[in-house]
Amino acid sequence: MRAGGWKDRILPWRRLRTLGILGMNERNADFVLPYNPRSLYQLVDDKRKTKALAIEYGIPVPRLYAVVEIEHQIEDLPRLLAPHGEFVVKPAHGSGGEGILVVESRSDGRYRRTSGLVMTEEDLGHHISNILSGMYSLGGIPDCALVEYRVNFDPLFAEVSYLGVPDIRIVVFRGVPVMAMIRAPTRLSDGKANLHQGAVGVGVDMITGRTYHGVWRECRVEEHPDTGGELAGIRIPHWDDILTMAARCNDMVGMGYIGVDIVLDRDLGPLMLELNARPGLSIQLATRTGLLPRLRYLEGLRHIPLDVPERVALAKTVARCC
Amino acid sequence: MSKLHVRLLAALLTAVGLALCYYKVEILGLPLLPTEQAEVWTVEARIEFKARRDTAVKVQFAIPRAPRGYTVLDENFVASDYGLTTDDNGLRRQARWAIRETHGWQVLYYRIHLAKDPTAEAAPLPTGVDVPVDTQNLPEPLQAAARGLLNEVRSKSADDVTFAQALLQRLNAADPDSNVNLLRQDVSGPDEWARRVVAILREADVSARPLYLATLKDNASRGSLTPWVEIFDGESWIDLNPATGEAGLPGDAIVWTVGSEPLLEITGGKNGRVEYSVRRHSQEMTLIAEQRARKMGSRIMEFSLFSLPVKTQNVYRVLLLVPIGAFLIVFLRNVVGLQTFGTFMPILIALAFRETQLLWGVVMFCLLVALGLLLRFYLESLKLLLVPRLAAVLIIVILLMATVSVMTYKLGLDRGVSVALFPMVIMAMTIERMSMVWEEFGPAEALKQGFGSLAVAVLGYLSMSSDYLGHLVFVFPELLLVVLAFTLLLGRYTGYRLLELWRFRGALKG
Repeated sequence: MRAGGWKDRILPWRRLRTLGILGMNERNADFVLPYNPRSLYQLVDDKRKTKALAIEYGIPVPRLYAVVEIEHQIEDLPRLLAPHGEFVVKPAHGSGGEGILVVESRSDGRYRRTSGLVMTEEDLGHHISNILSGMYSLGGIPDCALVEYRVNFDPLFAEVSYLGVPDIRIVVFRGVPVMAMIRAPTRLSDGKANLHQGAVGVGVDMITGRTYHGVWRECRVEEHPDTGGELAGIRIPHWDDILTMAARCNDMVGMGYIGVDIVLDRDLGPLMLELNARPGLSIQLATRTGLLPRLRYLEGLRHIPLDVPERVALAKTVARCC
Repeated sequence: MSKLHVRLLAALLTAVGLALCYYKVEILGLPLLPTEQAEVWTVEARIEFKARRDTAVKVQFAIPRAPRGYTVLDENFVASDYGLTTDDNGLRRQARWAIRETHGWQVLYYRIHLAKDPTAEAAPLPTGVDVPVDTQNLPEPLQAAARGLLNEVRSKSADDVTFAQALLQRLNAADPDSNVNLLRQDVSGPDEWARRVVAILREADVSARPLYLATLKDNASRGSLTPWVEIFDGESWIDLNPATGEAGLPGDAIVWTVGSEPLLEITGGKNGRVEYSVRRHSQEMTLIAEQRARKMGSRIMEFSLFSLPVKTQNVYRVLLLVPIGAFLIVFLRNVVGLQTFGTFMPILIALAFRETQLLWGVVMFCLLVALGLLLRFYLESLKLLLVPRLAAVLIIVILLMATVSVMTYKLGLDRGVSVALFPMVIMAMTIERMSMVWEEFGPAEALKQGFGSLAVAVLGYLSMSSDYLGHLVFVFPELLLVVLAFTLLLGRYTGYRLLELWRFRGALKG
């Protein structure tokens, strides 16, 4: 493409612009600030609120086993967790996957984490009290800990994940899903699904729900670095349901620019994990597509359909033409 | 449209800031550079006399009007219990001290502070001959001698000035004739000599008057004024050296007073004496310009930071640099994309570096963070709750600092002592945050952010410790409006960050 002349080929910022890559400043100034009213942030920042809202809206989410709000409740925890062999502990206000602890099994008072580490009840209690004191929350404000259903991820993803659950991240703008990727944990990311922690990002075709190549630490990869599984060509089941779910999440919180994290459970199908009011920009690396043309196109539309299936159809149109 | 709004606001702020700055530089003469120093001369007149008992005392003393080539920075009159008035008749300025009752030796001071200023004009003098001149005539035998001399000289001159110069040469000649000898008789000092020269010139119908000059020579004490002579050539007054006839004033002299009236008149006292002392010191241009601007009655300077007490001024000298650091952070984060612990923490570290100097501060920072991290990892194994753990880290940081200070002091490195002002809460938070990042994202990320913070702190220190910037923001605080304008503009900057070009390099390759 020579549309922009020699300057666009030499000056990196002009090339990024030609490619439609959205930068951090532009994301904050043109999308996050104008479309996400400050007063609604609590709905996405507090995972407990998000979950309650989703249940109200009929959006499937992982079941909540227990909420620990005060130190004292930690003592009660073994009794509360007795019926559940596996579970996830996470801070309600955590971000970037910090403070999440996944227990996959237990035997006589010891908890075995997916990472292979074994924790005592005391260790678990300490982790939860750290969560309560706000160690993982933004600004260090006191937090509460959620204990919830551990997702059994779809065997489809077994080949492309290491020690953790891959999730599907979809960026939704004005209620229309605009871009999607799968975030697959690696040994480097320690089972976490954040790209900057070393997870693999795999681009997903918005129209078919089929994966294509991936990106790992800014490099293009075709195979999962730990499992060797082929990244491209996975067909995500229930793709239209997933897009519908993402579109409905927008209506649920009333924010114009969000990231929706969805996991595929073997038995329960797609579950909404959490929402993000400032979705990262790595999705552009995973999909090798700039967000800007799609966002600007949708921004220019005077009328966005209220009907969810129409919006899903619009999402595919946008993906096709931008 | 808000982007336009921000731009207009930024333009307005920049315009106001730069205009105020321009006004202060061009009109008030405030210097843009901090190093400019100017000589300030302090001339002090010490008046001593013995007051008569039971009489009111009045002292009249001639003081300078605005002298040419100098700016009067300040004047002080020191005399306890005396009432003071000054008056200026357009030619002479006088200070009048008065007291109803006093006795014994009295000392009064008059002090004037002058700064060289080539642009300063002398206070306008009446130019005509209607200047009051005393009509003291020469006594009879001298009159005859003078006439003889004048006739001789007149034939060899073209106008009043050359006439006066020729006359002075004759009067000062090494081989005097009898007339000159007569005229030189019973002249006891330069003061009387100048008066005599004036009287002789008057005899020839040349308008003349004596002048008194204060010579600006450093550390001159117990000096007196130098008498000089001025003649009127029909248009302006010409200064002549009564001892040589040369025209002009000595380069380092100011006119103290004009006219043959006595410098000091005392009623109700005796043995009056005046001594002059001169002292030179250099002062920052800024202060001089500031004082001058205040003399000019500029409203702006009345509300300048210089009007604050010195202690407060010193606080503002530091405080006004913080916006520069904040702007640097905005730039490094939003335009470059550097990551740091906390938003303004690097600026606080940079402020701490001001106390410790850069190199030592960086060493100290690294040492404390490294030791703190080690201890923090140990504390982690104790499973403490967050706030007590933070407090423990804080206590340990302070103990470490104290230890380091004592050690370095014993080793003779007194730099270590100044580290005591290091913001330890900030250090404790840094250590805590770093250890968390270390655990969550690994040592690489922790070190990256740690060095990011340190780099920003160093840059912050370098910009905030610049004398030049410090001078600019203190003397021209309005320039912070320009900084504000650029901050606002960066607040709407939606371009890529520099490090994003690196981050998205994968996309560029494709």
